[in-house]
Amino acid sequence: MSHVANSKGRGGFIAGFLILPLALYLTFVIWPYIQTFGYSFTNWTGQSPTFDFVGLDNYSALMKDEVFRGALLHNLLLLVFVPTITILIALFFAFMLNAGGRGGAGGVQGVAGSALYKVIYFFPQVLSLAILAVLFGAVYRSDEGGLLNGFLTKLGLVDPAHPIEWLNEPNFVLWCLLLVVVWHGVGFYLVLFSAAMQSIPKDIYEAALLDGAKRAQTFFKVTLPLLWDSVQTSAVYLGIAAMDMFVLVSTMTSGQFGGGPDHHSEVMATVLMRNFLYFGKAGYACAMGVVMLVLTLILSAITLRATRREHVEF
Amino acid sequence: MTTVVKAPGEAAAEKKRASATGQPRKKRDSGSEGMVLNVFSHGFLAVWGILIILPLIWLVLGSFKTDVQIGESALSWPANWHFDAFPRAWDKGIGSYFANTLIVMVFSVPLTMLLGSMAAYVLARYPFRGNRPIYYFFVSGAMFPVFLALVPLFFMVKRLDMLNTFQGLILVYVAYSMPFTVFFMHSFFRTLPTAVHEAAVIDGASHTRIFFQVMMPMAKPGLISVGIFNVLGQWNQYILPSVLMQPQTGSDPERYMLTQGLIQLQYQMGYETDLPVLFAGVTIAMIPMLVVYLSFQRQIQAGLTSATLK
Repeated sequence: MSHVANSKGRGGFIAGFLILPLALYLTFVIWPYIQTFGYSFTNWTGQSPTFDFVGLDNYSALMKDEVFRGALLHNLLLLVFVPTITILIALFFAFMLNAGGRGGAGGVQGVAGSALYKVIYFFPQVLSLAILAVLFGAVYRSDEGGLLNGFLTKLGLVDPAHPIEWLNEPNFVLWCLLLVVVWHGVGFYLVLFSAAMQSIPKDIYEAALLDGAKRAQTFFKVTLPLLWDSVQTSAVYLGIAAMDMFVLVSTMTSGQFGGGPDHHSEVMATVLMRNFLYFGKAGYACAMGVVMLVLTLILSAITLRATRREHVEF
Repeated sequence: MTTVVKAPGEAAAEKKRASATGQPRKKRDSGSEGMVLNVFSHGFLAVWGILIILPLIWLVLGSFKTDVQIGESALSWPANWHFDAFPRAWDKGIGSYFANTLIVMVFSVPLTMLLGSMAAYVLARYPFRGNRPIYYFFVSGAMFPVFLALVPLFFMVKRLDMLNTFQGLILVYVAYSMPFTVFFMHSFFRTLPTAVHEAAVIDGASHTRIFFQVMMPMAKPGLISVGIFNVLGQWNQYILPSVLMQPQTGSDPERYMLTQGLIQLQYQMGYETDLPVLFAGVTIAMIPMLVVYLSFQRQIQAGLTSATLK
């Protein structure tokens, strides 16, 4: 790159190209991120320009806040189940697609029409969460007009006089939301795993088959170890999604910014938004933002560590 | 399920391989196991396919029903096909929410691509002091949850007098798309050959000119991938507009994005009990995504997948 280093006008060019992107990024991303830490130590309401420094008061109030603690627990529940269920289903289908075909001379082979399946499965990924919220709001309707209740009534599993109020049942609501996330995510991770599987050289499978390996063995001994990097990345991404959940909870469940019934579907993001935009507790909401950040970072680190395997080169 | 669709070349190659090795025994063994598995696979795969498609079709069908029919039974076919829910949904605001989203994205996506590429290009190909810190600075933004910034961001935009304005949202979208765009384009610009650049320098082209006339055209595949990512991301964004795009006074017009508008319509139709309008609104919102998806599904799948793995 010496030619570049020596040509004229280089410094000005670099500065000229960096100044606008940097300025925007600093103003709207970095500076607000930094400010959050500062505001989290104040009792700022957002309404008045003045506020007092209150030290760790917001954080100690958070620890005592039953609603926030419940929300945290829900996030942790989702954090365990969303990645596990999504990845298991996605892996299962990805293996079906790529190795579930009729055995032939080539050994392992994908099913016919796997491209079509992938097109269909992936589609939810391009829909906005707002569309999903409306769609599943209708699916979970509490009368026979809801797809789920309508179907179960037809099968005779639900009494039409007492249909299930999916999103208003304290014990169901979180699982109903979890199903939406899984429905939405499986297609994407399936395509991801599928791409990773296809990059595994065919002769590895052939060698395994020659050694007399059955398909299940092939999967656990060959495919899965070679996919481990993608599985790990997916776990982190799904974990981050499980820490958020704002759109679905705030739009599908009852209450101001969702979380109902009686806080049974509350997540940290909805508590944060309610405190900020509804109760006007800007400083308190900032403390929640900081807690969310810390948890996200810890969880990414744990996932990456816990799922670390020896890297396989091929 | 006995017909296996295969590219002609692939089938021929397989036949040749089979006859060359002539392994009838081995083939039958794995064949019978494969046959059972094949039926089994298709069964599961089809069930999941139905689980994906059925709710979507059911929703679209709902927009042709009457509200009464929707409430009575979920599993009914539209008794009389009513098409009037679509124009009503459009007039209820979907039309203008759609337009708002388009206006924002016409500016935000090209601006994201331009500014992101400029920064990525300089960082990828010009060694200078502070290069690495600036690069990490850009990329680190992708690690933090957006909720961390939300409260100060609201007041920042308010101070700039840009709450509930398109220009405010455009700038915020561009800024929040920067980490990923810089990250992706940085790795792309690094792979471009230096020889072309050198030739352009010898021809006397300026740095700026090389960027716009040589490097950007060469980076087209990368720009398309990251462009698709940004289009989907900004089109589906909900949290940023729901904080920043609220009418500030009673006379301030609604400048809702489509995602916000749908949720708004959901509340409204809950009161007015006119679900066909809501379903028609969602159908209208889904159509462009379906068209974009079916036209570019290969690139979208590849783009999003590689974006995640990098």
